[in-house]
Amino acid sequence: MESNVMRLQFDSRPENESFARVVIAAFLVQLNPTLETVTDVKTAVSEAVTNAVVHAYPRGGKGTITLAAELLPGEQTIRIEVSDEGVGIPDIDQAMEPLFTTQPEMERSGMGFAVMQGFMDSLAVTSEVGKGTRVVMTKKVGGETPEN
Amino acid sequence: MNEQRYATAGKATVTRDTVTVQLEGELDHCSADRVRASLDALIADQHVKRLVIDLNGLSFMDSSGIGVIIGRYRTLSRRNGSIAVRGLSPQVDRIFQMSGLYQIVEKCR
Repeated sequence: MESNVMRLQFDSRPENESFARVVIAAFLVQLNPTLETVTDVKTAVSEAVTNAVVHAYPRGGKGTITLAAELLPGEQTIRIEVSDEGVGIPDIDQAMEPLFTTQPEMERSGMGFAVMQGFMDSLAVTSEVGKGTRVVMTKKVGGETPEN
Repeated sequence: MNEQRYATAGKATVTRDTVTVQLEGELDHCSADRVRASLDALIADQHVKRLVIDLNGLSFMDSSGIGVIIGRYRTLSRRNGSIAVRGLSPQVDRIFQMSGLYQIVEKCR
């Protein structure tokens, strides 16, 4: 089987967080994942998209978020990329520290990247101030018995 | 869009100083403000010392839910109160464990 790629662009709006979850779950189904794997991937995508919605375009700025994914049937793996063209992250290491948040007054937990790391097999974050941020995650889906 | 997807605070019961509430739907950044406001209203009475959150009806939660829980914990701990959760799915349980929430939140049946 050949790989399968999808790319979707949407406005940076909170309503699109659940939309992104539904899309990635529907795409992932082709690899016959377990329900647990689907939930893991949905959670990680939700975190990445929420980060972009909350931080990429501050002060009511408008922008777009791109969700791209590739199914690699040979490796039974999904590769997911969530990117924006927003303000970027000045210090990625600090941003990835569990409990670090720039918005404690908004009751943000600072656990977004930690959850992505915990629910996926790999996580890579690249960012350039003023140009945007790209989050790339992979998860192996193979060797599972489909539940539904 | 189907509004039912977003998390809401459903049925709530009050017994002495304890409020028990059911959360339903998907708790994410988009729905967190609404859930936060509903829970704050339920514990606004200074006599409320304990909040039990039943998550059986919660179909999804990401780290936005952590902030909602911690915020309510802060309110209740100021009056020597406590917060407990029950009915967690394995996914939500992992988020609680990962974030250290069980250090301040009791898991009950």
